[in-house]
Formats: sequence, C-alpha cells, structure tokens
Amino acid sequence: MEITAIFYLLPALLMFCAGVYGFITRRNMIAILISLELMLNAVDVFFVVFNRYLHPAQLEGMFFTLFAIAIAAAETALAIAIIINIFRATKNVDVRGLNEMKF
Amino acid sequence: MDYSQFLFMKQEIGLLIVFLAVFLYDTFMPRKALPALPAVSAGLMLILTVLGFSNCMAGGDGVETAFAGMYETSPIINAIKNVLNVGVVIVLVQSIKWANSEFMSVRRGEFYELLLVTLFGMYLMISARHFLLFVIGLESASLPLAAMVALDKNRYESHEAAVKYILTACFSSAIFMMGIALVYGLSGSLYFSGIHTAVAGGNSLMLIVAIAFVMAGIGFKLSLVPFHLWTADVYQGAPTSVTSYLSVISKGSAAFAFLVMLVQAFGAIYADVWEWMLYALIILTITVGNLFAIRQRNMKRFLAFSSVSQAGYIMLGIVAFNWMGVAALIYYILVYIFSNLAAFGVIGAIENATGKVSMDDYRGLSKTNPRLAFCMMLAMFSLAGIPPFAGFFSKFFIFTSAINQGSIAIYVLVLIALINTIISLYYYLLVVKAMYISDETPVVENFRSAASEKAGLWISIAGVMFLGIVSCFYTSILEMAKASEVFFLH
Repeated sequence: MEITAIFYLLPALLMFCAGVYGFITRRNMIAILISLELMLNAVDVFFVVFNRYLHPAQLEGMFFTLFAIAIAAAETALAIAIIINIFRATKNVDVRGLNEMKF
Repeated sequence: MDYSQFLFMKQEIGLLIVFLAVFLYDTFMPRKALPALPAVSAGLMLILTVLGFSNCMAGGDGVETAFAGMYETSPIINAIKNVLNVGVVIVLVQSIKWANSEFMSVRRGEFYELLLVTLFGMYLMISARHFLLFVIGLESASLPLAAMVALDKNRYESHEAAVKYILTACFSSAIFMMGIALVYGLSGSLYFSGIHTAVAGGNSLMLIVAIAFVMAGIGFKLSLVPFHLWTADVYQGAPTSVTSYLSVISKGSAAFAFLVMLVQAFGAIYADVWEWMLYALIILTITVGNLFAIRQRNMKRFLAFSSVSQAGYIMLGIVAFNWMGVAALIYYILVYIFSNLAAFGVIGAIENATGKVSMDDYRGLSKTNPRLAFCMMLAMFSLAGIPPFAGFFSKFFIFTSAINQGSIAIYVLVLIALINTIISLYYYLLVVKAMYISDETPVVENFRSAASEKAGLWISIAGVMFLGIVSCFYTSILEMAKASEVFFLH
C-alpha cells in the first residue's frame, strides 16, 4: 500500500483537535501549555507534509516549520515564566484560581 | 547578496538604533543617570518620528521590495509607520512619571526595551509580503507584550492578566498558523502575491476554513468579538502605560497588517469568501463591545470594551475595500490614537497621584481638577464622535467609504454601526456626567500632575482638536493611498 499525504494529515489533524480540546477542558496551566504544544506541532506536520507531497519544488514549508519550532519554544519559555510568577503569588497553577477579574 | 537592499528598511534600522541606544544607556550608564532613561527614549523616539515625516526616511516614490519580495515598503506604508510612531511618542512621554516611580526604578529599562522590540515586530508585520516574515513580526509584536503586562510584580492582577494574555496569544497564533498551513497547501506559496494568483476564483470549503482560521488569529490580536474575552481582563490588570500601548499601538498595527494581508493575499476572493465573515464580525464586535461597556465601573475595563467596539468601526475601512477605505482606516487609527491616549493620560495621571481607577471616583472631578476633567471630556466626545472633534470626522469618513462600496448589505451594516454610535454616546457621556453633573462630594483631591503627564495630554488634546478641522491630514493620506501601488484595488 502506498503511503499518501492523508496518512500524515489525519493524525496531525487529530493532534490539532486534541490540542484545542485540551486547551479548553484542562484545568492545570501546564497541561494547557502541553495542549498548545500539540497544536503548534500539528501545524508543523501540516507544513512539512504539504511541502513534501503537494509542492516539492520549493522548501518554503520546511523553512516555515523551522521558524515555527523556534517561535513555539519562545512562547513556551515565556508562558512558563509567567506561570511561575502565578505560582509564587498563589501557590497554585489551577486556572480556576484566576477569577479575580471577570465580566 | 545585494546588501544595499537593507537601505529600504530605513524605518526599521532607525528603530533598531533607538533600541540599541536605549539598551546601552540602560546597561552602561551610571546609576545616577538612569532616571533620565525614560526622557531619553522618548526623545530618541521623537527624533525618529520627525525623521520619518521628513523626506530622508521616505525613500523613493514607488514601491520598493527587498529580500526577494518578502519585505516591501512605499510612501503609504511609511505613513502607516509614522502614525504608529506618533502614538508611541505620546505613550513614552506619558509613562515617564510612572517609570520613575520607586517600584519601577529597577526595571524601567525593561519596559522601554520590550516596547521598542514589539514596535519593531509591528513594523515587520506591516511591511511583510511573505507569511514567514508576517508570523515572525506577529510573534515578536505579541510575546514581549505579555512580559510587559506582567511587569507590575506587586499586584496580583498583573500576573493574572499576563497568564490570560499569553495563553490566548499562543492559542490564537497556533490557530493562525494552521490557517496559513491550509492556505499553503492550497496555493503552494507563502508570498502574498503568489497566494493572490493561486486562490483567485476559488471557493472551496478548505479555503473558507483556512481564511476563517486566519481571521480568528488576527481577530484575537484586534479583539474582535468572539475572540475578545481576554481584552478587558488584560487591560485592567496591566500597568496603565502598558494598557494604553496595547489599546492603541498594538491594535492599530494589527489593523494595518490585517488590511494589507487581506487585500494583498486574499483580495481576489473578497466577495466570495471573507466579505460576509467581516460583516458578521463587525456587527458582533460593535454591538457586544457597546453593550458590555455600559455596565463597567472600572475605567480601564470601560475603555477596554470601548476599544473593542472601536475595533469594529476600524474594520469598516477594510470591508469597504476601496481607496477611501484605506485612507479612512489610517485616519481613523490616527484619531483613535490621540483620543484614546488623552483618556488614558487622564486615567494614568489620576492613578499615579491617588491610585483610584473606578468611575465612581471620578464624581465631581470638575470641581477639584477642572483641567483633567476637561481633557477627559474632550477625549470622550472624540471617541463618541461628536463634532467638531476629530472623532466625528474619522467616523464620517469611514462610514462614507463603506457606503461607497455600494451593496445593500453594507447599507444595513452601516445602519447598525450608526445605531451603535448612539448607544456608545450613552456610556461615554456617563463619564462626563460623573465628572460634571454629579452633586456628591468629590473623591479625588486636587493635585498637580507631573510635567510629563501634562505634555502627553497637551499633545493628545491638540490632536483631538485640530486633526478634524485641519483637513490636509485626510486629503494627504488619501492622495498617498491612491498614488501607491501597494493594494490590488480597483
């Protein structure tokens, strides 16, 4: 059986949807960050597969992926720093605690 | 490689020099010289702004591209960056007193450095003609802002706001990149021009999903309505100087970038795919923003929802999809910068002196601090769009440009926007009523504002008063928009 693009795209799509689901339902901020990583990595897989299977003449998708990985790392580092701030202030990383300001 | 193409990036290089100067000043100057850092950075930014308006920064008359077409500049793009520069100068001037307060004295450098870096990202976002550069600009414009929101370490609200901002920003950028991935799969290019030709005439489901994702990603940054939930919390929790920066510069640059991206990359499928999406977003944004603004008591939350609804009006300039729309959008953001910064200047001055931010604390302000109350009243009148202040003219031009598009649907849209203007008048006047008509004893004592706060307010109020009456601003922007070939418009 030949391996076509759909064999990569379907798991990546599942990964993206799992990330969105996790972002919405998870209560722990670290778990939310992991869900975000899932979404970003799914995007990377999409880019690489589109590049490899649909538009193999250029390498634009591959390069975008490289940059996206770096950007995702920066996002995570900053988010972790801010979560540590919250942990110092409240001894808790539960998003349900973040209800000082609402509506 | 031809290094002379760096010369097209005059604005970016100028900003980089300002950033390096501020950074080196902060790092190497003796401790005694550091309180001058805010004034130095405001002065350097002022020089950059003046240079930007003079001819030496403008470059040629036509469109200039660099780096194999990834970067593009032209007189109208230059004018957009100048508009942002003017706003940044006012924000910097207004922040001087706060940055020299006891709490900020060890970290004032961070505020200015991060601010200049985000401005650099916004420049890239506006000039990008390739989605890779666009995403890099978008991220460097939004990630340092999260650190700026978290700057106020003593207040718990600041941490909470930063978490809400960084998580939604990451989520939206993931959604946005997913949209770009789908567009890339469809068109095989990440250049705006390549996408423009590849998707022309197409109307597939995948394209609609892709553009919905892209819109959601930018919508988070612009706080359009289904994606606005972070706005009020972040505006309330962030330090006031950061809030004013977020509400005018960050939002304005996102609107410009959105305009350039939609017109250049997706202009060919305007009527098929994204026109009706923007209609829905605009109606929701203006209405929900207005209705939620009515019930706010905290002034920063109140201005947050007011800025949500203003973003809806700004989008009218994009949905108009003609030259007038481009010019009206730039003019609207210029006026919005002045009016909103006047309001935030008053809020910041009162917060710095007394620590009060509730609307109830503004009762009787006209008796104790008549000048501040007067500034606030002018800002509110301008935001609501009462003639002869600039806000009236900007709303007038943006409605006219939308009407010129000519379809029945857009008449309905403009009608809804007009009705919402009347609703907005109610809550803007609530502030004026609290300041001028309330009989209760004033809460805020009489105080003297710092010279920097006064200077910031003077500039903002001058803009509010004269931008509308002196008509050369709008006409010169319109001429520039028509002359440049940036937009594939009819």
